[in-house]
Amino acid sequence: MDVVLLSRLQFAAATMFHFLFVPLTLGLSVLVAYMETQYVRTGDETYLSMTKFWAKLFLINFAVGVVTGITLEFQFGTNWSRYSAYVGDIFGSLLAIEATTSFFLESTLLGVWIFGWKKLSKKAHAAVMWLVAMAGTLSSIWILLANGWMQHPVGYTLRNGRAELESFAAVVTNKFGILEFFHTVSSAYVLSAFFVMGISAYHLLKKQHIEFFTRSFKIALVFGLASSLFVAISGDTHGVHVSEVQPAKLAAMEAHWETTQRAPIHIFAIPDADSEKNIIEIGSIPGLLSLMSFHDINAEVKGLKDFPKSERPPVMLTFISFRIMVGLGTLFILLTIYGWFKRNRLLESTNYLKVMLFAIPLPYLAIELGWVLAEVGRQPWIVYGLMKTSDAVSPIAGSQVLFSLIGFVVVYGLLGAIGFYLITINAKKGPVLEKHL
Amino acid sequence: MESALQSIWFFLWGLLWAVFFMTDGFDLGIGTLLPFLGKNDTEKRLMINSIGPLWDGNEVWLITAGGVTFAAFPTVYAFMFSSLYTPLMLILFALIIRGVSFEFRGKIESEAWKKLWDTCIFISSAAPAILFGVAFANIFQGLPFDQNGYHGNLIYLLNPYGLLGGVLFLMLFLVHGALWLTIRTPGALQARADAAANNLWFVLTGVAVLFLGATYVYTPIYANYLSRPVLFVVPLITVIALFGIKFLVMKKQYLKAWFSSAATIVSATFFCIIGLYPNLFPSNVDAIYSLTAHNASASPLTLKIMLVVVLMFIPIVIAYQVWAYVMFSDQLSAEDLAAEEAY
Ligand code: HDD
Ligand code: HEM
Ligand code: HEM
Repeated sequence: MDVVLLSRLQFAAATMFHFLFVPLTLGLSVLVAYMETQYVRTGDETYLSMTKFWAKLFLINFAVGVVTGITLEFQFGTNWSRYSAYVGDIFGSLLAIEATTSFFLESTLLGVWIFGWKKLSKKAHAAVMWLVAMAGTLSSIWILLANGWMQHPVGYTLRNGRAELESFAAVVTNKFGILEFFHTVSSAYVLSAFFVMGISAYHLLKKQHIEFFTRSFKIALVFGLASSLFVAISGDTHGVHVSEVQPAKLAAMEAHWETTQRAPIHIFAIPDADSEKNIIEIGSIPGLLSLMSFHDINAEVKGLKDFPKSERPPVMLTFISFRIMVGLGTLFILLTIYGWFKRNRLLESTNYLKVMLFAIPLPYLAIELGWVLAEVGRQPWIVYGLMKTSDAVSPIAGSQVLFSLIGFVVVYGLLGAIGFYLITINAKKGPVLEKHL
Repeated sequence: MESALQSIWFFLWGLLWAVFFMTDGFDLGIGTLLPFLGKNDTEKRLMINSIGPLWDGNEVWLITAGGVTFAAFPTVYAFMFSSLYTPLMLILFALIIRGVSFEFRGKIESEAWKKLWDTCIFISSAAPAILFGVAFANIFQGLPFDQNGYHGNLIYLLNPYGLLGGVLFLMLFLVHGALWLTIRTPGALQARADAAANNLWFVLTGVAVLFLGATYVYTPIYANYLSRPVLFVVPLITVIALFGIKFLVMKKQYLKAWFSSAATIVSATFFCIIGLYPNLFPSNVDAIYSLTAHNASASPLTLKIMLVVVLMFIPIVIAYQVWAYVMFSDQLSAEDLAAEEAY
């Protein structure tokens, strides 16, 4: 079997699985910290129950998030050793900095938080949760700067047969990584808000723990509304930058074949890589692509045909992922705005509650598709313009990778199923109401 | 200057592994002891909760050791982990299972469910303990690779010296774990942990003597010592610390005994690291293929920046980890298990 293909499948499976859990960790930690702070401030025991209930779901999710992250940390060496040797000077240091500055803080303090209810003052205990949330955010800055560097390498020179660090400042201020950070973290907040709203909707539909879940829903609603708007804004800014530095990805995202001025956006299209055109195009708006990418309706946008075939990303997947992500993003804004107007009549708005319950998986879908867009869209490059994915793989036997890939699929499949089951039963069970602490 | 920087990083690299073995070592030991010392569910829970707040933070030393290998010695990171692909994957899978086992175990009230995760905890603690030993022992004796790459496989690694390394690591971690239990658990469990530490100590000492002898036969580790005999202080510290364990356990000074065990692990790791210097990944085909601190390091700029980061943040990490250890080194009670958050 082909080592490159197997390694790509394994890497995609491992990261995408990891990223099913990361966003909820990032967002729910903030919500739990906020709830606990409200408890400390007001002494209202409902806030304490809320903290504990949502934290329980958070912890199950966190456990799977952590263990799936560990494999990623080593997978660059096991499966992408040529890549690692070539860029380790820059990429490796970002991962090492992430571990020293963030993972230690997050893991150690979460242990303190879980077991420290009686050992710390109320204020200190809430502060620990804020630090956990902060550490998670910090870790995403570093990992996304690492990913941003692969997307748009800066601050390096080619020396000794590898990319060596030239300017650390350039690497940590890389616009690509910073834009990824804002977009990814806000999308994690959207996901967490929909998670809390969806589970709250379930209980409100059953008319149980009404006060508890109305309050949870409202907190998440405000959080979700603000982050949905921010996701769209940051995504748009991100898109503009992509069109500057990754023109092939932009062309694939929009299924744009010919280099033209006043380039259009197609609401719907079916691109075909063999015949190098779109078989179907519906609802084309002339000039919109030029306007969005370069803020000039007459700007010229490079088409896919201007790139050699060997340097074009898979068009279909890139195009579809982008469409669905943006469509869902628009839907999230509408749903949260609608919720804002219904916020004082939630119990009666059963249809809205039903929609919100069934909306829980949608942000997960959007987030995974966002990554597919970002990663598949930069193919065939592993480091954009510098190194091809096919040159990056370890010189190992395909059979080894095949076995580990099967191992991943089996173990992750079981973990995912159990994690999902435990979160579901605990979510359905509802809160334990706290008396005193 | 550049070569000094590389040497500093070599020893920092060793230090990270040593601290990982010292901290997560007792977690792995306790996981392995679980079926032997925990006679009922309460005792098993006491054992798990004794490391509950700490194991995750301990594991980050491994992640950092991996990250620092990547940053400071990218060629080693690339070469070592792709060469040792299968054992490393086995370790990673074990660590995955171990991590979720703690969290999942108590979430459903069923005998069969708990049994399942107890078995998982046992296997996924014992396996990494042994595999880390096997991997490091093989690194000490050198691995078969040349300009065409690595020529070994998993079976190759299971040679006598490699296996001896695996047993040594397991014994070190078992004693270390039993000692942590004597600090944190009450009653009959504590007495059993005390007996385990006492008895396992003899096995550990026997294996350690064997290992030191075999090291002389199978590896070039002693060469650095023979050329600079003052370095023999380090193994001397190991021996003193090892006997300290026995002495202190007999006097029931458990906390001190645990520290003595920690000192044993750290100095034993350093004994090997010093013997290895400057090799990180030696070839037993020909020394010219060996990856060393000097031919496999990152650029001076990266080494400098990373040094600043590490010197700034590792002391902070140590400070809050010590804070957490102090907070969670008291003796557990039934009341602690009643808390909703306990594992
Ligand atoms: C730090 C770097 C980094 C980060 C943060 C991510 N990726 Fe990535 N991704 C890579 C580094 C990378 C890579 C090493 O560069 C891969 C491996 C093979 C390849 O082509 O790129 C890759 C491939 C890759 C592929 C397969 C693309 C293909 O082979 O055609 C997918 C679907 C994803 N990634 C998805 C994700 C997801 C869901 C992530 C969220 C955690 C993610 N990536 C984060
Ligand atoms: C492909 C690259 C990635 C690697 C190598 C990686 C590595 C890791 C590792 C080793 C852990 C475990 C840390 C612990 O024990 O506490 C972890 C957890 C985590 N990672 Fe990743 N990660 C990757 C992608 C990402 C991305 C893109 C983000 C954020 C945007 C992210 C955010 C997190 C968070 C928040 C955690 C905490 C635990 C959890 O997920 O619940 N990771 N990651
Ligand atoms: C509403 C309008 C949105 C726009 C205009 C937009 C735009 C973009 C663009 C251009 C990229 C590609 C960046 C790259 O190539 O690296 C991207 C990536 C991504 N998107 Fe979106 N997006 C939107 C909504 C969403 C939503 C709703 C989510 C999830 C809840 C989401 C999650 C992601 C993720 C996780 C990535 C990959 C990380 C990154 O590159 O930042 N996006 N988005």
